[in-house]
Amino acid sequence: MGNTITEKILMAHANLKKIEPGQLINAKVDIALGNDVTAPIAISEFQKAGGKNVFDKDKVVLVLDHFTPNKDINSAEQCKLVRKFALEQQITHFYEGGNVGIEHALLPEAGISLPGDLIIGADSHTCTYGALGAFATGVGSTDLAAAMLTGELWFKVPQSMKFVISGSLQPWVSGKDLILYIIGRIGVDGALYKAMEFTGDTVDKLTMADRLSMANMAIEAGAKNGIFVPDAVTREYVEKKAKRKYTFYLSDTDAVYSDIMEIDAGKIEPQVAFPHLPSNSRNVSAAGNIKIDQSLIGSCTNGRIEDLRIAARILQNKKAAPWVRLIVVPATPAIYGQAMEEGLLKTFLDAGAVISPPSCGACLGGHMGILADGERAIATTNRNFVGRMGHPGSEVYLANPAVCAASAVLGRLAGPAELA
Amino acid sequence: MIFQGRVWKFGDNIDTDAIIPARYLTTSDPQQLALHCMEDADPRFVGKIKPGDIILGGENFGCGSSREHAPIAIKAAGLSCVIAKSFARIFYRNSFNMGLPIFESKELWPAVNDGEEITVDSTTGTIIVSGGRKSFRINSIPPFMEQLIAAGGLIKHIAKKYNG
Ligand code: SF4
Repeated sequence: MGNTITEKILMAHANLKKIEPGQLINAKVDIALGNDVTAPIAISEFQKAGGKNVFDKDKVVLVLDHFTPNKDINSAEQCKLVRKFALEQQITHFYEGGNVGIEHALLPEAGISLPGDLIIGADSHTCTYGALGAFATGVGSTDLAAAMLTGELWFKVPQSMKFVISGSLQPWVSGKDLILYIIGRIGVDGALYKAMEFTGDTVDKLTMADRLSMANMAIEAGAKNGIFVPDAVTREYVEKKAKRKYTFYLSDTDAVYSDIMEIDAGKIEPQVAFPHLPSNSRNVSAAGNIKIDQSLIGSCTNGRIEDLRIAARILQNKKAAPWVRLIVVPATPAIYGQAMEEGLLKTFLDAGAVISPPSCGACLGGHMGILADGERAIATTNRNFVGRMGHPGSEVYLANPAVCAASAVLGRLAGPAELA
Repeated sequence: MIFQGRVWKFGDNIDTDAIIPARYLTTSDPQQLALHCMEDADPRFVGKIKPGDIILGGENFGCGSSREHAPIAIKAAGLSCVIAKSFARIFYRNSFNMGLPIFESKELWPAVNDGEEITVDSTTGTIIVSGGRKSFRINSIPPFMEQLIAAGGLIKHIAKKYNG
């Protein structure tokens, strides 16, 4: 009996010859990630355990992206604590200020997360790196502390679900729409504790940007990880970025899956997930007349250069509706620079957008884009829970960058086709 | 271990933004987090609970972010344990890692009312409602998880090994 890519990566890192779903294992960690919200607790736990040095200063990654540039005194104190630790421990990959980007956009871009890695992060969207063919999963701060201390962590081997996606995509349909559609079908606990493996001829042609936004939202179906088997697209993406060795693991043809779901991608239209669950997705053409107050283009789901290009194409020579606050957040400094070079930032400014520095900020209702009671936002982010972007009486609708840009112009939920 | 208190019922998919909204994550001080426990699911929650009370969730309790602030807020608010039909993965993991007892039961939810007193006996694996009126079984915890709880959480468990 063969193994899935998820099982193979876990097997290699646990130094085992055989592995099966349900088994509890101890495995070596290649990258352990924390941010300004989760690292402070991890650092204090690390110290409580008598920790002196992290297991490997090249493998612990600390990114101060959530409430930065510091929102208030509390967040400044949190960042100060992490910075002190990072400097004392001589952490190689420590990001704040001018070099900070949203962690899950930053790590792949910087070649820190690589194919075949076992990556844990005290952030639920750590599953993003599955796009590269890595096993990546979100954990808590205590887990991060344990990993920083020992370089190892306990895992329960997940069952794998296979999503076979085939057919050509309709115009304006992206990885974001595929994942919203899938979550809409299986529900927010449809993949609870499981690995979601994405394959099929549609997937073969997807760009890395699309794969990253799909793997990013695996957690929104309750999954432990989302994963893509690495291929030529992966190789091209990582080749120039990698500064260390990486491994391509493939799923065996006789690997065992708990579920196999076939998806006809050709039938999928741009999606919008209505409040207050990512699984409330439907076709944007069936959205009805829903007025919006804010449109947010950014986040670890869709703040990459490819996303900004799509948004700029739609916003070119247009303006956001007067009642809409359009916020654009390039996810990393490199993306920011590239967008500047390509003239995208000018397009956004002319369209009336506010351009935010790379930050989680508005995505989690942290700062720089909070919603008031009764306000509605459309966002390229990944969560639309009650109060996610501000007041518990506000609403968040999730969509791809094209839909968010078109909605900003029309001032209501709308697909890009309406602007053509 | 025995946990005794009134149950407070919540629906399915109670996410970590409802347990402790992100706007309070600029601190990790348990006492401050406790003041906002479950705020976006029930704004009056903190005012009505007594020490030892129990949260009873539906399916997928604790979904969403990895914030340990969620189990911290629940513990610091004085709740003794959480029972739910099912738990989201990271919340489940975090709770064991920090020693917040959690139990799965599908049957309890429809069988009790808000504010009713229950007793949970984790050793015998039973839940007793209002002085023996009804009782239910709870799923046993995997042995490794028991070790974690016995050690007082993951860090204490590891510190023993680490400090040799
Ligand atoms: S952009 Fe949003 S979802 Fe992504 S890491 Fe930041 S807060 Fe989390």
